[in-house]
Amino acid sequence: MDNAAEVQEREDSIKGVGCSRKRKEDARFVQGTGRYTDDLKLPGMLFADMVRSPYAHARIKSINKEKALALPGVHAVLTADDLKPLNLHWMPTLAGDVQAVLADEKVHFQYQEVAVVIADDRYIAADAIELVEVEYEELDVLVDPHRSMDDDAPILREDLVGKMDGAHSKRVHDNHIFNWQAGEKEATDRVFEQAEITVKQEMYYPRVHPCPMETCGCVASFDKINEHLTVHLTSQAPHVVRTVVSMLSGIPESKIRIVSPDIGGGFGNKVGIYPGYVVSIVASIVLGVPVKWVEDRMENISTTAFARDYHMTGELAADSEGRIKALRVNVLADHGAFDACADPSKFPAGLMHICTGSYDIPVAHLNVDGVYTNKAPGGVAYRCSFRVTEAVYVIERTIDVLAQKLGIDKAEIRRRNFVKAEQFPYQTCLGWELDSGDYHTALEKVLDAVDYEALRKEQQEKRAQGELMGIGLCTFTEIVGAGPSRNCDILGVGMFDSAEIRVHPTGSVMARMGTITQGQGHQTTYAQIIATELGISSDEISIEEGDTDTAPYGLGTYGSRSTPVGGAATAVAARKIRAKAQKIAAHLLEVSENDLEWEVDRFKVKGVPGQEKTMKEVAWAAYNNVPEGMEPGLEAVDYYDPPNFTYPFGIYLCVVDIDKATGETSVRRFYALDDCGTRINPMIIEGQIHGGLTEGFAVAMGQEMPFDEQGNLLGNTLMDYFVPTFVETPHWETDYTVTPSPHHPLGAKGVAESPHVGSIPCFTSAVVDAFAHLDVTHMNMPHSAYRVWQKVHELGLDQHA
Amino acid sequence: MIPAEFEYHKATSIQDAINQLGAHEDSKLLAGGHSLLPMMKLRFAEPPTLIDINGIEELRGIRLEGDTICIGAMTTENELIESEILQQHCPLLVEAARLVADPQVRNRGTIGGDVVHGDPGNDHPAVMLALDATLVLQGPGGERQQPANGFFLGTYWNDLQEHEILVELRVPVIRQGVGHGYSKLKRKTGDYAVAGSPVVVELDGDVCRDIRIALTNVAPMAIRAEAAENVLRGKVIDDALIEQAAAEVIAACDPAEDLRGDIQYKSHMAAEMARRSIRAALQQARG
Repeated sequence: MDNAAEVQEREDSIKGVGCSRKRKEDARFVQGTGRYTDDLKLPGMLFADMVRSPYAHARIKSINKEKALALPGVHAVLTADDLKPLNLHWMPTLAGDVQAVLADEKVHFQYQEVAVVIADDRYIAADAIELVEVEYEELDVLVDPHRSMDDDAPILREDLVGKMDGAHSKRVHDNHIFNWQAGEKEATDRVFEQAEITVKQEMYYPRVHPCPMETCGCVASFDKINEHLTVHLTSQAPHVVRTVVSMLSGIPESKIRIVSPDIGGGFGNKVGIYPGYVVSIVASIVLGVPVKWVEDRMENISTTAFARDYHMTGELAADSEGRIKALRVNVLADHGAFDACADPSKFPAGLMHICTGSYDIPVAHLNVDGVYTNKAPGGVAYRCSFRVTEAVYVIERTIDVLAQKLGIDKAEIRRRNFVKAEQFPYQTCLGWELDSGDYHTALEKVLDAVDYEALRKEQQEKRAQGELMGIGLCTFTEIVGAGPSRNCDILGVGMFDSAEIRVHPTGSVMARMGTITQGQGHQTTYAQIIATELGISSDEISIEEGDTDTAPYGLGTYGSRSTPVGGAATAVAARKIRAKAQKIAAHLLEVSENDLEWEVDRFKVKGVPGQEKTMKEVAWAAYNNVPEGMEPGLEAVDYYDPPNFTYPFGIYLCVVDIDKATGETSVRRFYALDDCGTRINPMIIEGQIHGGLTEGFAVAMGQEMPFDEQGNLLGNTLMDYFVPTFVETPHWETDYTVTPSPHHPLGAKGVAESPHVGSIPCFTSAVVDAFAHLDVTHMNMPHSAYRVWQKVHELGLDQHA
Repeated sequence: MIPAEFEYHKATSIQDAINQLGAHEDSKLLAGGHSLLPMMKLRFAEPPTLIDINGIEELRGIRLEGDTICIGAMTTENELIESEILQQHCPLLVEAARLVADPQVRNRGTIGGDVVHGDPGNDHPAVMLALDATLVLQGPGGERQQPANGFFLGTYWNDLQEHEILVELRVPVIRQGVGHGYSKLKRKTGDYAVAGSPVVVELDGDVCRDIRIALTNVAPMAIRAEAAENVLRGKVIDDALIEQAAAEVIAACDPAEDLRGDIQYKSHMAAEMARRSIRAALQQARG
């Protein structure tokens, strides 16, 4: 075997960065041996179940617990009055507001938690909640956020009346939460006044729910003797939960252990702290036994964090050639009854100011007003970085409208406005520095792959025959990897993340991170990063996350931050180990460390064949033969505060055919090109993209949380809430380019949410395109058969001969 | 998602089931359970007693008796799909069963449960109307035969008498010159129909000797679109007549508005499903 082949063989054997190795976690999942929160059974464990409000807005006149308490097996029934002495009837939200743990005098949304029953088992608890008698006095309900700030709107938050200094800005109405702006209003307005062409499009991004397969839940267990609290819960951010629980309960963080076991999908739903967690912890402390609380599906969809619900207006000013001169975006954000959005503290509208997209836009202004309504709180990032989905939707929709008005092809107008490859790093007018990108190359690759010209020709022919065919395009830029602590924190904790790596004497590795996998494949991906950095096979590298007693502090996994932040910490920690290993190797080989070069899994003395030490040999030496003055052992920790976000991008193209008779949309083709920089495990990336596209398809084509005028949530079961199966899901075609991030240690950018963020406007673009020749510029989601048929019918396209 | 407390009894024979229905007030039969159990979990239904008829072998199976196919009420959807007798002699039932819910539900859900449950979204009542099926019912007073036509009276309301059990469904084998069509629009796998329409047509040369157009989930119960049938019966069916019939289907609809659509959409979808089924039935009848 020649040398190159031998090196390649060693390279292959470590299964490092770039290897499509199978996922290390799948053996247990496919054999049904995953351990989820609800699998946990502790001795003496009791069950909590919630009494919930049937009304969206009502005063609680009385609560009678007697019948429930009389049911054998019921241990306690707690209401806000019981939590008041502990000052736990309200809790702080991540957004600087407070939220009722159990309804205090008033209910503010349907299904709000009114009382909790603690019983021997969940069957008794379910019976007992029916026996809790609550007398309500119904109040006027506020459902439409456009009415929130009317003079005669019902006031929702009596606790905030007259308190006009909000967490983020002055409030101008008792139902107002904040006003938040980015960019230059006057300069933008001036450009619009003088522009050759302007377009304006209103659009609604519906309230949707992440709907993970596993619902939220916890098991709280307080050890009265040692005053030690352990909580197993479905959290995407267990370390933050520990801090919050400590702040709320007064128990030192050192006596609180939060464990996120296997998690059946999070998608943002499992970032927040929910009343169910608080009451389980309180009940466990009071009763001295473990208490389990697990949502059912209807509770999950109805009460724990929703996403989106943005009423947006996008405006573009341009010249007659379609070159954009300014962008103006106005948003009315429906936050429900309590502002529990999960965003970095400084950004009440998240990273919405990435809404200039992939385009070179000289000036822009973004204005967001958040208001209260009688709906459940939330506002999490559903498989997207904070509000990026909304930002991408508004710019991608509006540029389509501009193209349509000017009669310019939607691919061409993007070519004319893209930030050019040579302009990176590019400062957007709303304050971001796009680190890298090459949009033109990626766009042409996609257009060639699908033969865009032929598709447009076919569409012309179809239109002539009266058929509806649409071509959607989305050329998005994401912002992920929150984030630099200079502008990102959660409750004051900077949004760094961490890795701790230990190399054992025999050369295998245990590593722990502050993030927590929920299906992303961290046990595989992180192991591959370490494998490449240390030359140890990823098979021999174990990854642990989610136990705050053992893992280093981190901000968790959401917003595609694990690879950009946790992955960076992992690479940097591994490099610290390799630097120490190099000193040990030099010592063993009796040369200067500068005489050594690294090759896959070993240090070699430059120019002296055969003089080498493998990492495994060095690991052994680290425990018995280190240079004088060096401490033994081989481990490192890194807390990584990223210098910038990363900016993955993609070019998505979708072809749909619409059945005029039924309104059904058939996705004939969906081509997704993603650029997430360096690709650590291409198979996992492809899986993430398939998952994200499928969720995007669900949002665009069917998901919604509709309310009636009384604030009743319609459609909180999986009969109505659209979660596609293989039958509905289109075939996905994936492609990629690689533009490494210049500031990330590996050049990687994060990928899981790109397909969600990018596909949703692409589907809308395609459906609208099918009607574009009939002067339709926009159709609101979801593009269900029913809604699309209404457009068909309105246009008279369903007339039969 | 946890039902209220209930008693469970397992019936050993049809007669035992009838006796137990009489012995336990407000008791319900447990067939496949895929409609009843979700209602119980939501506590929309709180029957004090369930009588499980899954163990009764005489309620299962499909057999051919002359020109009639006899289907045990406890035959599952997947057994319908796999039945060679039905594939050969009554493919409409196979086609309809394939579109019921999802594979898991079809493993447990039974044709009899679907026919008598009473949700207008159940698929088999309309299929029974289109096939001109006969229901065999057994109660404390013995056995009786009841045409499907006339059995369905409203939502959760049919001609089943007190303590009576549906034991068998009888449908005629398909003959030369007879064709069928089945169309169902649903939002996704597992959903009930937005609208569905099974159609059976009998041709005499080019002339429509008889036609039955039934509709699912666009009225309080499964219905026949009789005015639409009258437009077509005795005629050589062409596109213009189909459009006239479709208009009559829309007029016959009385759906409840929900997230699947409003009254207008559901009525128009019923018409479109009927159009498609009529065309398919004609094509098949012409051989």
